[in-house]
Amino acid sequence: MRADRQEEELKFTRRALLLSGVGGLAFTVLGARLYALQVLETERYQLLSEDNQFNYQLVPPSRGRILDRFGTAVADNRDNYRVLLVPGRRGDVDPALDRLSEYMPISDARRRRIHRQRDSAQSYEEVVIANDLDWQTFSAINLNAPTLQGVRPDVGELRSYPYGEAFAHIVGYVQTPNREDVANEPDAERLLLHPGFRIGKTGVETSREQLLRGAAGALKTEVTAGGRIVRELPDQSVEPTQGQDIVLTLDADIQTYASARLGNESASAVVMDVNTGELIAMVSTPSFDPNLFVGGISTTDYAGYRDNDRRPLFHKSIQGTYPPGSTFKAVVAAAALEHDVIDPSETINCTGVTRLGDRDFHCWRREGHGRVDMHEAIKTSCDTYFYEIADRLGIDRIHEMADRFGIGQQFELGISGVARGLNPSPQWLRANRNEPWTTGRTYNTGIGQGFMLASPLQIAVMTARVASGRSVVPTLYRNAMAPPAPYVDVSEAALERVRFGLRGVVHERTGTSFSLGGLGIDGVEMAGKTGTAQVFSITTAEREAGVRDQEDLPWRLRNHGLFMCYAPADNPKYACVVVVEHGGGSSAATRPARDILRRTVARDPSSRPGVFASLNPQTGRDA
Amino acid sequence: MAVFRETVPRDLPGKLMELNWNIVLLLVLLGTVGVAMLYSVGGASWSPWAANHAMRLGVGFAGMLVVAMFPPRFWMGMAYPIYTATLLLLVLVEVIGVEINGAQRWIDLGPMRLQPSEVMKVALVLALARFYHDLPREKVTAPSGLIVPMMMIGAPAALIIGQPDLGTTLLLAATGVAIIFMAGLSWWFILAVAGLGLVAVIGVSIYGLENILAEYQMDRVRAYMDPDFDPLDINYHPNQAVITLGSGGLTGKGFLEGTQSKLGFLPEMETDYIFTAFGEEFGFVGGITVLAINALVMAQAVGIAITCKSTFLRLTVMGLIATYALYVFINIAMVSRLLPVVGVPLPLISYGGTVVLSVLGAFGLILGAHIHRNAEPPKGAGLFG
Repeated sequence: MRADRQEEELKFTRRALLLSGVGGLAFTVLGARLYALQVLETERYQLLSEDNQFNYQLVPPSRGRILDRFGTAVADNRDNYRVLLVPGRRGDVDPALDRLSEYMPISDARRRRIHRQRDSAQSYEEVVIANDLDWQTFSAINLNAPTLQGVRPDVGELRSYPYGEAFAHIVGYVQTPNREDVANEPDAERLLLHPGFRIGKTGVETSREQLLRGAAGALKTEVTAGGRIVRELPDQSVEPTQGQDIVLTLDADIQTYASARLGNESASAVVMDVNTGELIAMVSTPSFDPNLFVGGISTTDYAGYRDNDRRPLFHKSIQGTYPPGSTFKAVVAAAALEHDVIDPSETINCTGVTRLGDRDFHCWRREGHGRVDMHEAIKTSCDTYFYEIADRLGIDRIHEMADRFGIGQQFELGISGVARGLNPSPQWLRANRNEPWTTGRTYNTGIGQGFMLASPLQIAVMTARVASGRSVVPTLYRNAMAPPAPYVDVSEAALERVRFGLRGVVHERTGTSFSLGGLGIDGVEMAGKTGTAQVFSITTAEREAGVRDQEDLPWRLRNHGLFMCYAPADNPKYACVVVVEHGGGSSAATRPARDILRRTVARDPSSRPGVFASLNPQTGRDA
Repeated sequence: MAVFRETVPRDLPGKLMELNWNIVLLLVLLGTVGVAMLYSVGGASWSPWAANHAMRLGVGFAGMLVVAMFPPRFWMGMAYPIYTATLLLLVLVEVIGVEINGAQRWIDLGPMRLQPSEVMKVALVLALARFYHDLPREKVTAPSGLIVPMMMIGAPAALIIGQPDLGTTLLLAATGVAIIFMAGLSWWFILAVAGLGLVAVIGVSIYGLENILAEYQMDRVRAYMDPDFDPLDINYHPNQAVITLGSGGLTGKGFLEGTQSKLGFLPEMETDYIFTAFGEEFGFVGGITVLAINALVMAQAVGIAITCKSTFLRLTVMGLIATYALYVFINIAMVSRLLPVVGVPLPLISYGGTVVLSVLGAFGLILGAHIHRNAEPPKGAGLFG
């Protein structure tokens, strides 16, 4: 019995120890596992844990402003009170929006849009629920933010164009990048997809995009599994590089004035510093409101612009090309003097018509000017005189002189769409139309008609070169380092004689623009030249049917009116060119051009201290 | 030859003198770890878990001491009634149980919810110990001696697996098998069963697990085998648990400094995954310490089992400590991804009332066995003799 019992106790002890051994082994395995995870592989898990804990939130750079020559912002940033959907699970979207709808209406369409964006967005991206909230709504949402899970009030930045239409064509506008934009810049994908981020789409906004944009920063944040931000760690974050300000040569005052002066005419105006080529104003009317494009323009607004036959979206001053008409006579006169094909005192008899072969070439003045010398011919814009000297010069010398004055040159302005225009030559005609050049074509070229096409910008360059004798090129960006332009390859004596004629246009009784009454500033004279670009020839049949002049034609068939001018006549500083599409004749352009020039001379922006690359007092950053 | 009979203390002071203070101290340490961690994962706050847990531990420790005072004869007498009552409660759960997270395990008792399957872990051990205590030695390996224990294990297991609660079922079965083994089942029989089991495993692997398990269970198994296969994000929580544990490193991120739990990446951090939160804040050193404390508790218990004179006490202590060891092992193995996900808490540290009470009740029985180690209740002894 005792032995039995002892045997049994021993068996129990053996088995108990056996089980303990198994248990000990199992616990050793656990210890080894902990060792593997917490000692051998800990680095990997620490990284994963930090990945969980921290998130780098993209901080978009503040977009650089676009300033006029005096530092006035023509493209600025304003606060955009908005509310964002924080990243999280898909099922959280509707409850979050339901809570938010107590403070602001959320339409079904908006809800669908948010869902769509949430589905296509990266998991870390926030989605904009609403932009540009009024202060009352925004402060209500802010106040109740703790109860509004899943949404976050935020102050973003929105581009604004305080001058609206006046600078629209030059400054352009920004918009949310589309898929193509993102594909073009894969490195900037996160920034481009950031809610509310916009990039330049037209004008300076797009051509100076990289400077204006800056570079994104990253804010290190601690987040919960649900995406809520617990803490920000600014000392471990990267500050964004703010965008640079861009300084234009334009003067907002004159730009605004010119824009208003042209009103609703389908017109353009260019004001240039004749000595530097700096553009003081450059407008195209009617214009569009770039602010409408920033938030995404409505279809009806856009259709209104697109279908307007005065083409508000079209930048007429650089993209529009017109026969320069009589304004080109200044260049032909200079060429005649330079090549000595005529003595300025030599007179040519204008009977109103010049016969060439079986064709009649009329002077604009049907009854003729009688005998005119060069001064008189410029002043009265006598076509007959210019037929004659064009004939003596020949097309090649006219072409070559037009080239020296900028006709047919594509200027690099730093915004896209600058037209080349057309400076015709026999070679060009042969290559493009396979036709021989004729003397009649030389006649037409001599009075700025025919094939020749120039943009208002090119006509302004031509005017400036005549006025200053310098081969200025137009510039839109302020640059303190710009070297002075070389002289035009024409004798100063020839140019002086042309300028004297141009002065006579305005200040002598027989001048075509004498009725203007001058610049309107005491002691300051101006010079100018009218021009008409023919759109439609009034036929003999129509003349007999009663169509007497341009007023009787429908608007779109009327001639374009041009006027180029500069002042002061004795010491030129500013050139101004106005083209009024379908103005009927040059008279539509003369008064606006004179008014804009007067405003410019009175203000004299080139003589005032402007800004170049100065420190921006607001942000302390380099402009 | 005079037989020196060691005495059994009969009065309260005598019994308290015999209390195994080692075990009490180790358990208090574990309970403290639990309260501290619940305070931490609660966001450095006593609510919602830490204060409750501390209170339950207080009640539990008191109950443990009370349980330890009762003589073995009392528990022998109570073994079958407790077992039967618990079995009835399990049936009752099927009928009026509360469903939480898709499992019907609880009976709502107003202020607290009772989880009968937890109580069954103790009740089964008592019942089996009593059965073998009464069984003549030679019948242990006989079929008649096996069928009844099998039924005693099978009945609650069948009820619990239907809740569904695979973890507790396996735990119960393993405990039962451990007791049968400790009772002295012959090695031949064990080898035969092991052989059959092997054949079954081979058979299943040929037939294919897919044909036996439900689709979601199969996905869990696949996800466990191959972390890249994860159609339902089943691995999200296990992976986060491992990240939590691993990121603790050697010495941890520091008390209250765990980021995974604070930021909500850790699932069920107050219950099944509390050990990973501890590992995150106290590192490998902390984890090994908890393992060591548990190992010491178990060693103490096995020591008690060996010194007990009666079969009832021996099997009770071994059965209870085996259950406890399985609890600890399965929990830590699960949260460190050695095992697939089975919902088993870490005793005394995880939040959960019934577990605290049943585990401390079990340790009350173990401590009682130590006090009454020399008692030798006769076969068939009952409450009243």
